[in-house]
Amino acid sequence: MKHFVLIASLMATGSALATDGDAILEQRCAGCHALSGPAAQSVPELWKRKGPDLFYAGSKYKDNWLEKWLVKPRRIRPAGYHYVQHIKPGKKRDMVDMSTLTPHPVLSAEDAEDVAEALMKRKAPADLITKGDFKGGSISASFGEMVFSTFNGCMACHEIEPNFGGLSGPEVYTAAKRMQEDYLVSYIRNPQAWNPKTPMPNKHTAEQNIQKIVRYLQALAKENWDEKK
Amino acid sequence: MKKNSIFPALLILLSVFASAVWASEAEDNYKNFCWQCHGMTGNGMGVNVQDMSVQPRDHTSAKSMGGRSDADLFKVIKEGGLAIDKSVLMPPWGGTFSDEEIHDLVTYLRKLCQCR
Ligand code: HEC
Ligand code: HEC
Ligand code: HEC
Repeated sequence: MKHFVLIASLMATGSALATDGDAILEQRCAGCHALSGPAAQSVPELWKRKGPDLFYAGSKYKDNWLEKWLVKPRRIRPAGYHYVQHIKPGKKRDMVDMSTLTPHPVLSAEDAEDVAEALMKRKAPADLITKGDFKGGSISASFGEMVFSTFNGCMACHEIEPNFGGLSGPEVYTAAKRMQEDYLVSYIRNPQAWNPKTPMPNKHTAEQNIQKIVRYLQALAKENWDEKK
Repeated sequence: MKKNSIFPALLILLSVFASAVWASEAEDNYKNFCWQCHGMTGNGMGVNVQDMSVQPRDHTSAKSMGGRSDADLFKVIKEGGLAIDKSVLMPPWGGTFSDEEIHDLVTYLRKLCQCR
């Protein structure tokens, strides 16, 4: 009888499939993050989104990073999201307007576990990501930096260590901690396939250099940046 | 007679409206994609420039923007700095924009520098 009531009430609310994590996502995250696709199709539409899209989170983030970050979030994009909305003219150059940047909502350890689980179930369409696209291997940090900064000019928009590099994009010294290698390869190869209006250009990076860059991002992520900051 | 004159007037109104839309699209594109390096006023002093080894072009200067044809500007936006023997730091935007959007950006740049 008890069971029957439980099943009946689950059916009545239609929540038989929704988990606690999904419920938190809908209630506390959907106001800023898109939980279903597609990505923004125009610049004004993009600017209305208050946080990065999460509808392909399961193909993008590393599970263990996600759970830890949601409990203790720290800034990833030095100029916020979107950089356009958080800069002001300065004496010499445009500056980040720190007064417009707000801390990210924090989750309890228990909620973070549920939310991470729910997010990891949201996968990208199969044609966007290929398992094993990153071929592995290693590279010295100095050669990696040459490929990233000198040959491909990626440093113009990305910090390769705290307070060194461009500010409009996310810091990349933690990129391989945050994101799956196959996603990194796919995103660098064609950022517009993920987000047609992303401020990141397709630099037509040669395939072997994409592999080298992801190795470099792995090398950077090995440092203990929290300690150095 | 009176009836007939409404139609051309409407057409004119429509085309004024349409070109305003194009202009604002080019402006949005300039903000979202070019501000990061070329700056909020287009003077080449964007939020990213501190650690860049080559300074982005000052788009408001007739001196540094003059002497380039529309075709030159189109090429550097679509294919990037390397395509015209300039810095790799000027990215190629062919993966981001249609040719039409790039033409509109060229028109927008001409307004910024007030030059030909
Ligand atoms: C007030 C708006 C807002 C709310 C509410 C919000 N976020 Fe965010 N979120 C942001 C912004 C802005 C960023 C970018 C932070 C940065 O780059 O430093 C972000 C970043 C993230 C990231 C990292 C994204 C990336 O790719 O860099 C994750 C994961 C995330 N949020 C999850 C959540 C979850 C889960 C919730 C609900 C519990 C939530 N957010 C609620 C605004 C919000
Ligand atoms: C013109 C500025 C610019 C340049 C040049 C640039 N990026 Fe980005 N990049 C960005 C921005 C902005 C984002 C964040 C996009 C978003 O949040 O939607 C980004 C995101 C990324 C991400 C993370 C993707 C994500 O979903 O968080 C990686 C990895 C990355 N870039 C690598 C590179 C590499 C490698 C290069 C050089 C080949 C490069 N970038 C060149 C601006 C740039
Ligand atoms: C990552 C930084 C960066 C971004 C973003 C960027 N530029 Fe540039 N741009 C540069 C740099 C650096 C130069 C100077 C290159 C040189 O002198 O070698 C330049 C030069 C130029 C030039 C002059 C080329 C010439 O003939 O000398 C034009 C035109 C131009 N950019 C247009 C644009 C437009 C339009 C956008 C946005 C769609 C844009 N740029 C975005 C960095 C950038």
